Amino acid sequence: MTRTRRVAFTVNGRPVQAELEPRTSLADFVRESERLTGTNLGCEHGVCGACTLEIDGAPARSCITLAAACEGAHVRTIEAFDDDPVMEKLREAFSAEHALQCGYCTPGMLMTARDIVLRLPGADEARIRLELSGNLCRCTGYMGIVRAIQRVLKAP
Amino acid sequence: MKPARFEYERPQDVPAALSLLKNEARILAGGQSLGPMLNLRIVQPPLVVDVRSIPELRGFSEDPETVTLGACTTHAAIEDGRVPDPSRGLMRHVASNIAYRAVRNRGTIGGSLAHADPAADWPSALALLGGVAIIQNPEGKREIALERFVTGLFSTALADDDLLVALRLNKLSEKARWGYWKFCRKAGEFPQAIAGALHDPERGVTRAVIGALRGAPHVIADARHCDPAAEAARLCADPYERQLHAVALRRALAQAHLA
Repeated sequence: MTRTRRVAFTVNGRPVQAELEPRTSLADFVRESERLTGTNLGCEHGVCGACTLEIDGAPARSCITLAAACEGAHVRTIEAFDDDPVMEKLREAFSAEHALQCGYCTPGMLMTARDIVLRLPGADEARIRLELSGNLCRCTGYMGIVRAIQRVLKAP
Repeated sequence: MKPARFEYERPQDVPAALSLLKNEARILAGGQSLGPMLNLRIVQPPLVVDVRSIPELRGFSEDPETVTLGACTTHAAIEDGRVPDPSRGLMRHVASNIAYRAVRNRGTIGGSLAHADPAADWPSALALLGGVAIIQNPEGKREIALERFVTGLFSTALADDDLLVALRLNKLSEKARWGYWKFCRKAGEFPQAIAGALHDPERGVTRAVIGALRGAPHVIADARHCDPAAEAARLCADPYERQLHAVALRRALAQAHLA
């Protein structure tokens, strides 16, 4: 039996302390211990992007990040973005452009979309598609998602 | 959770990290390759040593001839120009096309090099650029030329008690030109073929590299008169792989004005 490890970091601005097995992924921790189930797990090896959340202000894959490795970090899941102005625009645009169907990829898509809007304000369609290549959607295809991001980028 | 059980340590300095490197411990420098391998149970180490919070591995420095990057410099930091670029854009180009941004935010240049996946970019790109890997073990520090660092498929010059601390990279001159081409079936996927070329007349460099082979990257010391088809034929038995590598090399050479 391996030892558990004490970890302290913040989740959505709230300090959390946990005693966990080192092999616990950040995704499992936020879903099962923090009951923040907006973060979805798809492939669980860093390919599909469904579990993308924010660590210290930058998007990251929570399925291949150990919770123990987040000591001192600031983690934000999709639940933290209710009042975020960019995310508000993206939610409206995703709805208007039919950028989601089943919704499974959507939290990760929104995380990546927000990163595109903030980091690459001049992104054209080709660049948006390149940046989205790490997030897989199996329902709508990508046309609506790309259009939704374009809509937000074009909005004043 | 998917990995087999392991212990986790987070040393704060190099000596503490070195004291933990025994009994098949695995080093976590970003976890973007180790994470999936743990989840798939391809590796089941008794101990994971997370070296990301060691300040020495995260810094950078610069002198007139070289730039030294800590091994835990992320691909995104290189992509964004948050660290000095010795390569006149080659490293930023390479970094910005590794996997996806969420991966580049955590994946590190030293981790990728030490992992030595033949289809990863840094083993080929760093062999092309030239410089040294700075390695530390309990006996002290040593350096090894980057073109000799990767020795084969997932194999490097690192011994079990070695830690890759930093990379000291040669600065290219103003007249240098480089080319870098890779074939990926999908953006961000591991490439099926990599080729790079570097022409730095002031430093007498006319080097090329072929990567994403079934072993270490292949360095062509003088690529001025090389025949891409013949080079690829020597390295790849499969006709499809041969063609991809030949075309990648031809394009990289053309970009560097070496063809």
